[in-house]
Amino acid sequence: MSSPQGVAVDLANITKSYGGQLALNALNLSAQPGEFVALLGPSGCGKTTALRSIAGLETIDSGTISINGEDVTDRPTNKRDMGMVFQSYSLFPHLTAGENVEFGLRMRKVGAVERRKKAAAALVMVGLDSHVERYAHELSGGQQQRVALARALVTEPRVLLLDEPLSALDAKVRVQLREEIRRIQTQLGITTFFVTHDQEEALAVADRVAVMQAGNIEQIGTPEDLYRHPETPFVAEFIGLSNRLDGVVSAGEVDVLGYRLPLVHAATADGPVRVLLRPEDVELASEGLPGTVISSSFLGSLRRTNVLLSDDTTMVAVQHTVRENPQPGEHVFLALSGTAVSVVPR
Amino acid sequence: MSAPVNRTGIAPSKLVRRLILGVVGVFFAIPILSMIEFTLRAGLAGGYTFSHWTGLFDPANASKYQVVYTGLGNSLLLAVVTVAIVLLVLLPTMVLVQLKFPALRRVLEFICIIPITVPAIVLVVGLAPVYSVVAKIFGSSVWTLAFAYGITVLPYAYRTIQSNLGAIDVNTLSEAARSLGASWMAVFWRVLIPNLRRGIMAASFISVAVVLGEFTIASLLSRQNLQTAILLMSQSDPYVAIIIALLALAFVFLLLLVIGRIGAGGKSQRKRNRTKS
Repeated sequence: MSSPQGVAVDLANITKSYGGQLALNALNLSAQPGEFVALLGPSGCGKTTALRSIAGLETIDSGTISINGEDVTDRPTNKRDMGMVFQSYSLFPHLTAGENVEFGLRMRKVGAVERRKKAAAALVMVGLDSHVERYAHELSGGQQQRVALARALVTEPRVLLLDEPLSALDAKVRVQLREEIRRIQTQLGITTFFVTHDQEEALAVADRVAVMQAGNIEQIGTPEDLYRHPETPFVAEFIGLSNRLDGVVSAGEVDVLGYRLPLVHAATADGPVRVLLRPEDVELASEGLPGTVISSSFLGSLRRTNVLLSDDTTMVAVQHTVRENPQPGEHVFLALSGTAVSVVPR
Repeated sequence: MSAPVNRTGIAPSKLVRRLILGVVGVFFAIPILSMIEFTLRAGLAGGYTFSHWTGLFDPANASKYQVVYTGLGNSLLLAVVTVAIVLLVLLPTMVLVQLKFPALRRVLEFICIIPITVPAIVLVVGLAPVYSVVAKIFGSSVWTLAFAYGITVLPYAYRTIQSNLGAIDVNTLSEAARSLGASWMAVFWRVLIPNLRRGIMAASFISVAVVLGEFTIASLLSRQNLQTAILLMSQSDPYVAIIIALLALAFVFLLLLVIGRIGAGGKSQRKRNRTKS
């Protein structure tokens, strides 16, 4: 398959409502050519509606959708030249994997020989060239989604739309397939929108992540930006795990657990706040805040330990290496690394 | 292996099940066997003969049995037109409702089920004035009866197509096809129809079965079909009337067997899909 040139996609002031309920509220979103943008948010935030609007599967109430500056708002789905992979397995049950992949080419009236050649190449790309004669019911969930991906890409669409394509798969296959999607996307340089409610998935694969809430984008940025510099309380709480601790802001810093920490947003007004402290910004130390280990969870490459501080009310989660293995009931000391923290109103 | 027990704990034993099956079988078999026995009777002289059966297919008797052939021809024509109505009107409507107007699904279901609750005689009372208009537009050819039959087969055709529609994710398949560049016509022909094949076949066969067995509407609207022909024939040659009735029964039984096979195919296919996922 040749590598299509990525296109710029712009959504301007998109509004969509269902029976008076706003699903998209003046949504603005842009993707650069070849960019991988993840739409992340809780259920009902409008991320799937946004994706379906780009595909033309939803008619928007107002706003414009353009590709490379060309307005495609009123263009029907089948004329938008986009590939889409759906959450539920969407392979045509009456066709084999090969025929499924050929479907889009057939719709474009590509000759039989060329069609078969391209479909075979697409199946090679997703590692399923030996499954060309199999029907959907003869494939596992992961294989079906791979075929769906090949089917979406074989027509060399201008934009690839992925609507939670991994959510029905088991954990191991999810990780494998998301890495494969990223590899293929990078290889082809195709502009991609990826809807997910799994923040780990979004942070792992996307160039930029748009965190959505109530039909609009709360913040869009690189995964690191979102994690380290959340701009709103919602993003701060939604992205990653945090200890929620009482603190007091003064002079651009915050006092928490006896430490004075810099703020992600130094302009925060003085007063009592809730501090969001990442578990990895707390360390097990030889001295510092005394506490008792309540529980400790092995997470593979790291371990997370819950420590009840000596005031007997504050619980702090600490993330550390697996070499350290504190046992429940053990007395430990905690130290804060001094990294800038986010705060939300108390 | 323990015997299966239902939720109430009163599952019939194997013996009782066989007994029930036997009684029901006898209930259905006695009239049919009696009909067969009747068609083999030689007449008042006693004894048995195949002459009534062979006579029916003897070209020399063609004019004698013309009424039956005409009735059969009319019924087959009516079956074809009725199936066409089901496929051209009901099927696209159901697909449209499923894809675009899901809120209307209950309304459509209610409308399609109504005919089963209305006795044919009541239906005819309502249809009589309608047919005076139909006759003005389309003439009084026998095929126009198919409009009425299109209504009487609605409950059966709806149920069979709906069970197939419910078994596939029509919306996602349509959206997937659209996103791949398919027009609505291509979605319908290349994606939906092949996946609704079982429902369409079953609806068609059951419509044929209903049309071949219909008597009341044709009789009261003074049209001739297979059933009215059998009645007419029975007045001059009761043996042939019963033979035709038996053949019609056998044909419908065959259709029902095919429908059963189609349904079983669909179930095993879904089971395979579930096993995979």
